[in-house]
Amino acid sequence: MTIDRNFPIGEPVLEVKNISLRFGGVKAITDSSFSVLKHEIKAIIGPNGAGKSSLLNCINGIYQPQEGSIAFKGEVLEKITPNLIAQKGISRTFQNLALFKRMSVLDNILVGRRLHMNSNFMQVAFQLPKARAEEKENLIKCEEIVDFLEIADIKNTPVGKLPYGLQKKVELGRALATEADFLMLDEPMAGMNVEEKREMCRFILKVNDELGTTMVLIEHDMGVVMDISDNVVVLDYGKIIADGPPDEVRANQEVIDAYLGVSHD
Amino acid sequence: MEQKVSNNNSFMGYTRSDLTNFLIAMILSFVAIPLVVQTDYWYSSILIPWLCLALAAIGQQIVMGYAGQLALGAAGFMAAGAFACFNLILRVPDIPFFVALGLSGLVAAAFGILFGLPSLRVRGIYLMVATLASQFFIVWMIDKFGWFKNYDTSGIITAQDIVILGKPFTSPLEMYLVILVVVTVLTILAVNMARGSTGRNWMAVRDMDIAAESMGISLLKTKLQAFAICAFYCGVAGALFAFTYLKSLEPVAFDIKLSFKILFMVILGGLGTISGAFIGAAFILLFPVLLNSVGNNVFHGAIDATIISSIEQVVFGVLIIVFMIYEPLGMAKLWGNIKQRFSRNK
Repeated sequence: MTIDRNFPIGEPVLEVKNISLRFGGVKAITDSSFSVLKHEIKAIIGPNGAGKSSLLNCINGIYQPQEGSIAFKGEVLEKITPNLIAQKGISRTFQNLALFKRMSVLDNILVGRRLHMNSNFMQVAFQLPKARAEEKENLIKCEEIVDFLEIADIKNTPVGKLPYGLQKKVELGRALATEADFLMLDEPMAGMNVEEKREMCRFILKVNDELGTTMVLIEHDMGVVMDISDNVVVLDYGKIIADGPPDEVRANQEVIDAYLGVSHD
Repeated sequence: MEQKVSNNNSFMGYTRSDLTNFLIAMILSFVAIPLVVQTDYWYSSILIPWLCLALAAIGQQIVMGYAGQLALGAAGFMAAGAFACFNLILRVPDIPFFVALGLSGLVAAAFGILFGLPSLRVRGIYLMVATLASQFFIVWMIDKFGWFKNYDTSGIITAQDIVILGKPFTSPLEMYLVILVVVTVLTILAVNMARGSTGRNWMAVRDMDIAAESMGISLLKTKLQAFAICAFYCGVAGALFAFTYLKSLEPVAFDIKLSFKILFMVILGGLGTISGAFIGAAFILLFPVLLNSVGNNVFHGAIDATIISSIEQVVFGVLIIVFMIYEPLGMAKLWGNIKQRFSRNK
């Protein structure tokens, strides 16, 4: 099923090598390596507590792995902080929604434009032409994202008042606003109904197709994973037990035993 | 759904109604009040302290309401500003008043950065305890080193007269106008910051710091910036407070009680709104006056003054609890709700 893509899958862009993460005596991730190719959609799956989110948090710099290295675009990242990662062009969403609850939808998305806004507080305070031009320019970009995600009717509502599904959408919008070329989505479809999931899939594929954004996503819905991802990494007890195209992973006996379950009939 | 008309008839991102409100406020405060209010009591006991404390409350609002850092040392920064202004006017010959005022704000801002440092490590109630240091340290420092008080032994130093372009501003009305100009300018700047990218960064840090960091906001820079700006506002407010309201400089005036008062103004007024600072300051300041006059006029002194001041404490306490439970966003939100209900009924 080869379809011509605007952005064909390329070289590895993120390389995670032999990462180990421990919380005291608990091993969250053990000696795991994988790489993400340019422009691909990579899914990370695994049972609860397998270490999927921890893995993203390591890449994002929220956790510091005790061992191993992470390289982005061929450059080994020494001391990783969320801030540095953002500047390198990696954006993410969070598993348990990390939106700015009291701010409006539009303001949330505008925060995503942070790295595209350089005027300092004095320029903002005095509303100098630079600050005003910048604000306007970024507002237009954010309105585009709002339209793209079809949430224009709620753009002035504080996000804390929105239902869960919409909040997930806003979070995706905020990540998109960064214009990062590498996006990590931590369970973007958790708690959504079938229709909302389908819609979310459409957005993810559209972004990948139109902008060529590389995506890493954690997801529990096997149907979704098999449908939209190019490659799948399977984690179990902090170890990677399979890494490859969906069909291959689906056929892997170890994966079936560990995660998909053994058939009983 | 309420749809805001964006960018239509707007000036610098403000809607038409914002501008009308601003214009009304300006006419009221610059023209109507000076024409109507003739008694000095109103200026020196109500309007002047109201504006000064509202300015300090804006500072507290920025650090607490916008950046979400629980800080409790506003009075310390006010003391720093007041004594910086005193020393600048005393020691720098011919320094224009507004320059001295601005510089004393900057001195306070330096203290703000210093005492904002704990916010990088601790948060919430622990930060509040840590910021108490500013309150005690600054006041102690001024008391300890005589230089700050120009080796005055009486403990109370009379503030210099405000002289602008050779003209002394000493009557209550004149001082009111000076403060009004400063407060107007600083309020506009604060509103601009709050609505612009600076305010968004603060609020992002307040609402979810991990996500803010992942979006490229530097927590260190944003928090310290909020502390510095807060201290700047408090410093200017403190200088004005000392020079126009107290008319003297005494470290005791900037004690922890004043810090708490400013904190209550922000909480009652409404966290995260600039207007809340003004509403809160008015309430905290006017309520005791109101209670007193009710006590005197209705009960004709039948109630003891000490009981009235105790009642005041009780009512404040109850109000804070009530607001925390039912309307954490304070009186500014309450006012907004009322306005919304009215416009819906129309």
